[in-house]
Amino acid sequence: MYQYDQYDQSIVDTRVEEFRDQVKRRLSGEMTEDQFKPLRLMNGLYLQLHAYMLRVAVPYGTLSGKQMHMLAHIARKYDRGYGHFTTRQNIQFNWIKLDEAPDILAEIATVEMHAIQTSGNCIRNISSDQYAGAAADEATDPRPWAELLRQWSTFHPEFSYLPRKFKIAVIAAEEDRAAMRLHDIGIQLLKRPDEHGNAVLGAKIYAGGGMGRTPFVAHEIKDFVTADDLTSYLEAALRVYNRYGRRDNIYKARIKILIHEIGAAEYARQVEEEFAHVKTLGLDPPLAELERISAFFAAPAFDTAAPDTLDRSDPDFAVWLDQNVKPHKQPGYAIVNISLKPTVGIPGDASADQIDVMADLGTRYSFDELRVTHAQNIVLPHVRKADLYAVWQALDAAGLATANLDLIGDIIACPGLDYCALANARSIPVAQKIADRFASLDRQRDLGELKLKISGCINACGHHHAGHIGILGVDKKGIENYQLSLGGSGAEDASLGKITGPGFDEDGIVDAVETVTNVYLAQREEGERFLDTYRRVGMEPFKVALYG
Amino acid sequence: MTDSPLRFRDDAPHEEPAVTLDAFLGQTNATAVRIEPGDDVRELLPHLGQIALIEVAFPGFRDGRGYSAARILREAGYTGELRAEGDVLVDQLPLMRRCGFDSFAPRAEIDSATLQASLSRYEHVYQGAADGAVPVWKLRHGQPRP
Repeated sequence: MYQYDQYDQSIVDTRVEEFRDQVKRRLSGEMTEDQFKPLRLMNGLYLQLHAYMLRVAVPYGTLSGKQMHMLAHIARKYDRGYGHFTTRQNIQFNWIKLDEAPDILAEIATVEMHAIQTSGNCIRNISSDQYAGAAADEATDPRPWAELLRQWSTFHPEFSYLPRKFKIAVIAAEEDRAAMRLHDIGIQLLKRPDEHGNAVLGAKIYAGGGMGRTPFVAHEIKDFVTADDLTSYLEAALRVYNRYGRRDNIYKARIKILIHEIGAAEYARQVEEEFAHVKTLGLDPPLAELERISAFFAAPAFDTAAPDTLDRSDPDFAVWLDQNVKPHKQPGYAIVNISLKPTVGIPGDASADQIDVMADLGTRYSFDELRVTHAQNIVLPHVRKADLYAVWQALDAAGLATANLDLIGDIIACPGLDYCALANARSIPVAQKIADRFASLDRQRDLGELKLKISGCINACGHHHAGHIGILGVDKKGIENYQLSLGGSGAEDASLGKITGPGFDEDGIVDAVETVTNVYLAQREEGERFLDTYRRVGMEPFKVALYG
Repeated sequence: MTDSPLRFRDDAPHEEPAVTLDAFLGQTNATAVRIEPGDDVRELLPHLGQIALIEVAFPGFRDGRGYSAARILREAGYTGELRAEGDVLVDQLPLMRRCGFDSFAPRAEIDSATLQASLSRYEHVYQGAADGAVPVWKLRHGQPRP
């Protein structure tokens, strides 16, 4: 894992001091709320319905046990004993007092964490593949590149007042586990032979993806950028957006709208022209800097004698193994997914005690590493197969062994009207009712991979556009109404869901979800997931079943 | 607006009033020009030698186009006065300095103690920009601090 040097620590510590001063000036009335708002937002502090919410960055979703323990401590000391892991691999605390926020930042800075740019119209926390460094299908570990970009984007002098927020994801595998093409800029690292036939790492760049009220899948704008050009290229991409992105309408200010309006080819041309100029300015760190960072992400000292066999005699353990444990590139090891989606829970929530349990397991069994996933779960990336049973028992005792990864119960949901000032409808109760309807794990497993995603408003924080089944809560004349969409995907086969027709009330949407799953069960062919069947048969059979 | 702009330059303040970009491009002898957020500052590049003051307007502090305008001017070699005018807040000044602004005409008065603290706060920066600050990647790889 990356470790701060004196420079990183100095910058983060200074930010704590700066934010303390800003809060002091706000509380004394020296600054208006309007002036304070962008400053606190750039530090992840939102004013929600009931309290302030603080979003702490988990860069590219990677955490140490010590950092995870710190999150538990913050939850206990400053919140109501729990935290909420988000779709951008961060964590939010929902019950924060403004005057305590600087103390929280000071505490997390002691474990090399911060809340810098977790909100605001700036470059946000860089997200990545939760299986980085553990998956067999990656060209390289994407996290050193993400760390390089974290540093480049931190307090960027030119790009701190962009038209709108800006999200970047970096992956390095063909399988897209990070919804890369639904980001403002998506980066896929890959190897390409140079003129001498030697494999060179570079970045394929996508731009203009996003959800919100006008969703788009990102377009490829550049087939290959080497590491020593990447900073200049992104500098150029952001400059074109900063200068020409719309500022007249908040709903049309994301880069996806600019690219939609001028076309991906024209945007790419402008970026190329700007890049030719920016490249002359000497802004790119030398390759030695990427190498310095990469050394922190060297593979852990795997036990090469670790047995590759498993005792599956405990049937409950076997169910969990089949659903939540994924293959590791190292023989004798496995990737453990911890579902934060118990049947009646709040998706993504974990109690301080549960966070401590996961931290201890990460330290003891996974080379002191944990990951947060965009599906709001936690990953122990490097667990010996021989330790899986012990890990499962500890998780089970903490209520963390729900075996529903990627099943209909593994719901992504935004906080919704229970917390969020922007929401039109509640998300959490709908998620709970659906999870309850499909509570039988056998039934969930029979339905197979089924990504259900719920947003409580058009901003789409719950990724409903990318759900195999998506639900969008809207306010219809003062009554919560839920629109159903089908066929979205945030994976390498990225697509946007289509609305089935008129919406449903809270109980009606639960019935509607059951109805579409029944259509799938009746129509599916051998080996087809829900999404595959939908893509083959189209919307019509689902419509007929829903609306007659 | 405050009486005299905050200046980080040693030369005498330029007295000629700034004209709009359109007016500037339509005449040949103006030496001060004002850039609005929607203007393409690159239209000035052929004329930089004759300009002593460029004022970049910030009608609202959320509109960040002027930061790019400033960098483009400095990257093109402009060494005259570069002023940020309008809704310019104390917490934005360090970023604006990094983008190349060297004078400020904020609409609301800025407390000088707060400003001093703000400008001297960060010892290190992560990225190169239009100021002379050395990014930490250079310090890490052997470049001595100035």
